Amino acid sequence: MIIDKTGSPLTATENIKPDTRHGVILYVEDVSVSFDGFKALNDLNLYINDGELRCLIGANGAGKTTLMDVITGKIRPDKGVVNFGQQVNLLQLDESEIAMAGIGRKFQKPTVFEALTVFENIELSLAGDKSIWTSLFHKLTGEQKDRIGEILQTIGLVKEAYYLAGRLSHGQKQWLEIGMLLAAEPRVLLVDEPVAGMTGQETERTAELLTSLAGKHSVVVVEHDMAFVRSIAKQVTVLHQGSVLAEGTMSEIQSNPEVIKVYLGEDGDAGEKG
Amino acid sequence: MTNSTEISNSDTPMQSFSLQNLFKTLSHLHVVVGTLFIATLYVTVCNLFFSEGSLLHVSDYTVSLFGKYLCYALLALAVDLVWGYCGILSLGHGAFFTLGGYAMGMYLMRQIGDRGVYGNPDLPDFMVFLSWTELPWFWAGSSSIVWMIAMVFIGPGLLAYVFGSMAFRSRVSGVYLSIMTQAMTYALMLAFFRNEMGFGGNNGLTDFKEIAGFSLQDPNTKLALFVITAIALAIGYWVSNYIVNSKMGRVITATRDAESRIRFVGFRPEHYKVWIFVVSAMLAGVAGALYVPQVGIINPGEFSPLNSIEMVIWVAIGGRCTLYGAIIGAIVVSYAKTRFTAIMPEAWLFALGGLFVLVTLLLPKGIAGLLPNLFDKLSIFQDEKVKKNT
Repeated sequence: MIIDKTGSPLTATENIKPDTRHGVILYVEDVSVSFDGFKALNDLNLYINDGELRCLIGANGAGKTTLMDVITGKIRPDKGVVNFGQQVNLLQLDESEIAMAGIGRKFQKPTVFEALTVFENIELSLAGDKSIWTSLFHKLTGEQKDRIGEILQTIGLVKEAYYLAGRLSHGQKQWLEIGMLLAAEPRVLLVDEPVAGMTGQETERTAELLTSLAGKHSVVVVEHDMAFVRSIAKQVTVLHQGSVLAEGTMSEIQSNPEVIKVYLGEDGDAGEKG
Repeated sequence: MTNSTEISNSDTPMQSFSLQNLFKTLSHLHVVVGTLFIATLYVTVCNLFFSEGSLLHVSDYTVSLFGKYLCYALLALAVDLVWGYCGILSLGHGAFFTLGGYAMGMYLMRQIGDRGVYGNPDLPDFMVFLSWTELPWFWAGSSSIVWMIAMVFIGPGLLAYVFGSMAFRSRVSGVYLSIMTQAMTYALMLAFFRNEMGFGGNNGLTDFKEIAGFSLQDPNTKLALFVITAIALAIGYWVSNYIVNSKMGRVITATRDAESRIRFVGFRPEHYKVWIFVVSAMLAGVAGALYVPQVGIINPGEFSPLNSIEMVIWVAIGGRCTLYGAIIGAIVVSYAKTRFTAIMPEAWLFALGGLFVLVTLLLPKGIAGLLPNLFDKLSIFQDEKVKKNT
């Protein structure tokens, strides 16, 4: 557990900074996970570069969600190395420590605090001291209000700032959740199926949003919607049966014979359901 | 510049003075404390200045009865804090209430001095009866009012801390937690029934004479206790209101709705749960301590699980998650109980059960759910959220 001298957990900003001198922010090496003999991940190797936008695709059961669980501390792998930067070993941290170290995760099903307003949802997610007494006497500073305003602008929910989050549409909840991740100022964003259940227009806006986030953050997107992946991805990684099958640009992937065989299927674009 | 401030500013324009605008500036806190103040003033004046037989007279009996209701209201507030806001359905809040009551009871026993049946200046009657020769160690200091006030907070608070730490750290929640709280209060009841515990066993603590030098039989003492209870309720409401409107309160509400998300945001929900559970237990303890001198007895029956369930029903009927709803619920149901048990004592539990079912079916937000509609025209409850963030 990473704690400071007074015994309270360190926040993202004051935490050990991941060492990214080699340009890589997330190292996943030789990771294997098995459930009752079924190998969900099989000697998987994956490197995410600092600031890139990476898409992960693969059929159901290819290990995409398991991989996210391993990175965020929900599942411990049987073997392998998961490092944040060169030196922070994520396998030694628990869920909230990993969150505070700077890795944010958006769940497949949008989870926001429904009984609070959009503004308050972002407020709670802001990076900072999360201890009880600070919360009890906390007053928002002008700077923090500005920051919340900025985030609301980024996710396009300015008008809805004082709506209860429970009243938002499905798509708006997804954006709010991304906004909550941003508020925590993470280095890496893991985004699980951001456009599931969205209308075409909403999907388009989500694509814009995620593309604009890359650069400042490293973004890893898991998605089934091939059209969406095509519209945002520069680099795509294809997972198959728990390991990496292919890696490259979308056009390279689409012309890769192995990928066509196992994933894209005969008609070349069967990604809808995955 | 942020759009958040633009939004909030546009909602609070300066307007000319009118009754409606006066209401607009009032918050729940003002309404509740104001109502409480007026009610207390009314009871006090009518008790002191109108003689018996006058239409406006409030009898001493009624004063104590109202005092009892206000204790229940404070207790309901405590339950609402953990159940309504944090989603912890505690079916054992009676334990904290009773422990607070016992702390007060011990002090009152020591105040009897040599006026007990056995005339022993050092030992309470029941100890003489059990042929004990000296006070047990945990009665040491019980003759001091400062000790008593400290124990009213420490006793329930410590129990809640130990219980809460164990339960919330191992991530027990939902029905399992409710059953555990129920078992806790039941176990305490069985323990306190035993004479060896040193709390008067079956009969509990009673036959009190005076509190801080004032006779408990004196109508003025009763009135003073009633007023103190009203003040305690007002403070309790202020504290609860402060908590639920602080960032702390929002973390607690968020924990109730999406605990896994609050963990990924970086909070430690179990710490927050223990904290709110302890605060709630202390409020319940204060309610118990004020209850005992007004009813004149405390016994292990107060630990009974049935009592704790009744508290939850108060809150459900009054309306969860509003604070003032809990107060309304406790007073309405207790008043109904007083009336009903006078007519048909054996049917009360059926009536209570029926009331619970009806409210759940017809008024899912409880009695408090009716109020916003009622007050909408007066705009009392509008713009609360907006005001808070400016």
